[in-house]
Amino acid sequence: MSNPVALPAVYARNHRSQRHLLVLAVVLLVMAGFSLLVGRYPTPGLMSWNRLTSDELAWRLVVNLRLPRLLTAILLGMTLSAAGTVFQLLFSNPLVEPGFLGVSQGAAFGAALSIVFLGGSAIVTQSAAAFFALAGLGFSYLLAHRLRYGGWVLRLVLAGIAVSALFSAGLGLLKYLADPLRQLPEITFWLLGGLASITWEQLLTVLPVVLSGLLVIFLYRWRLNLLALSEETAFSLGAAPGRERWMLIFFAVLPTAVLIAITGIVGWVGLIIPHIARRLFGAEARFSLPSAMLLGGLFTLLCDDLARTLLAGEIPLGILTSLFGALIFLALMMFQKAKTQS
Amino acid sequence: MLSFQNVTFGYRRAQPILQAVNFELHPGRIMAILGPNGVGKTTLLYLALGWLSAWDGEICLDGHTLRSHSRQERGRWLALVPQSEHTPFDYTVLDYVLMGRAPHLPPLGMPTPTDYAATLQALEQVGLAAMAEHPVPQLSSGERQLMLLARSIAQSPRLFLLDEPTAHLDLRNKSRLIQIMRGLRTQGVTLLMTNHEPEVVLAVADDVLLLEPGGVAQFGPLEQVFTAEALSRVYNMPIRLVDVDGHRQVLWT
Repeated sequence: MSNPVALPAVYARNHRSQRHLLVLAVVLLVMAGFSLLVGRYPTPGLMSWNRLTSDELAWRLVVNLRLPRLLTAILLGMTLSAAGTVFQLLFSNPLVEPGFLGVSQGAAFGAALSIVFLGGSAIVTQSAAAFFALAGLGFSYLLAHRLRYGGWVLRLVLAGIAVSALFSAGLGLLKYLADPLRQLPEITFWLLGGLASITWEQLLTVLPVVLSGLLVIFLYRWRLNLLALSEETAFSLGAAPGRERWMLIFFAVLPTAVLIAITGIVGWVGLIIPHIARRLFGAEARFSLPSAMLLGGLFTLLCDDLARTLLAGEIPLGILTSLFGALIFLALMMFQKAKTQS
Repeated sequence: MLSFQNVTFGYRRAQPILQAVNFELHPGRIMAILGPNGVGKTTLLYLALGWLSAWDGEICLDGHTLRSHSRQERGRWLALVPQSEHTPFDYTVLDYVLMGRAPHLPPLGMPTPTDYAATLQALEQVGLAAMAEHPVPQLSSGERQLMLLARSIAQSPRLFLLDEPTAHLDLRNKSRLIQIMRGLRTQGVTLLMTNHEPEVVLAVADDVLLLEPGGVAQFGPLEQVFTAEALSRVYNMPIRLVDVDGHRQVLWT
């Protein structure tokens, strides 16, 4: 009934992609196990299995400090990459990232506000960051509705830029008011991101929100393609573009907001990992979304391993994700020819 | 199949661009919407799609108002073939056309082998099967227009809404498109298209809706509405219809 050659080739391509996803998942698991043993206790390098089972302190270190931190790193990478993929598809724009609707700047403002005026305890800083991150999204949404200019994408992008600028002006003011010896360094470190202080309690608090957001996005993976089309076309294919887009934006931003509230701003993951995933797996979101999630988890995990082991002191995670993200991206752009899956 | 009753619409308050438009399109017919640029042809397509809502009047699909059909149902009834589409990502042609199957899938469903088969058949019908695995951004504008048609064929609707389907096509592909449209008509499918090219309209259209600036519309079978006088009036320039070798042609200078 149809071309006898082409269809099997297409199925073979899909199966190949599925196999590659499986390989990525296994690599992620292996790297996670490996990362548990990597560190600077008792000496820099790999901890032996013997020590882990015999040394009480080593066991507690791995279970109470490294494990929650490692899981947070993986979840952060997955969330930022999934949200980045969603945003880039919905806005038909490969240059947007999950924080651009006032979310990152809102979180930064909230954290700085807490550090300068509210005592800066961990729980207050995190709550303030999460609150202002979501407030940033809310403001962008309301503003986009009030704007009478351009189409959906342009209105929302303009609103996001305006809200981000307002929050970054507020952040500038807070930095100016901050005590330069105590508070200013704290704000700066928060803005560079890091997982040094993650505890099981923090991870378990955000876990339900993060997992439900990721699950919704994952279930939507094929339909995401439709929402990347123009509004009329998506509508003609039976979608409700306005409603479905907002729902997906919400489920992408919510886990992003609660995670950056406990980790600080970790840049570049949400922007470049989706690019790399599309390069390797094609644009179709059924494969580019899960691959972005796995690659994002792997990338953030490896960067965090370096952040905590490379030097005696902790290197802020945001610096490493930006550095290696940009390098990998440049390498991909320069050395790999555009991939046409044939 | 599709009927407009006294449909009035405009983008700005108190400035209607379509005024009391009436027509009824019967199954298995091809209808062309003609008129100068900016007169509201694409707007009328979007009204038929349900994307825009009329200020006044009633649009019925299969005897029921458009609004009474669910979104999924509407997706199986109607397909839109836009004039062009912006694609920023490297989708393969096949993956892109596969999206036409969305109305036939449950809300969070994934395409099945049936959907792939329908997609490939649609690509064969427009002559793009050999390019199934090419990235969309590498297609020429004509190939892209054929691909958009293929997506709608994969959607297997009862009514096609085509926005200037021949705008980017060369002569050969234009004649191919005319063949495809005739083929769909013999299957009992209905087509509604906007078009600027008289030879295409003369070749396939059964009915014509002639839109004049100011919202006046004239609807009827091709022979009645597509006349030299009406065309000259609508486009505000002298137009003649002549017969060459048994083919009707439009002449203008």
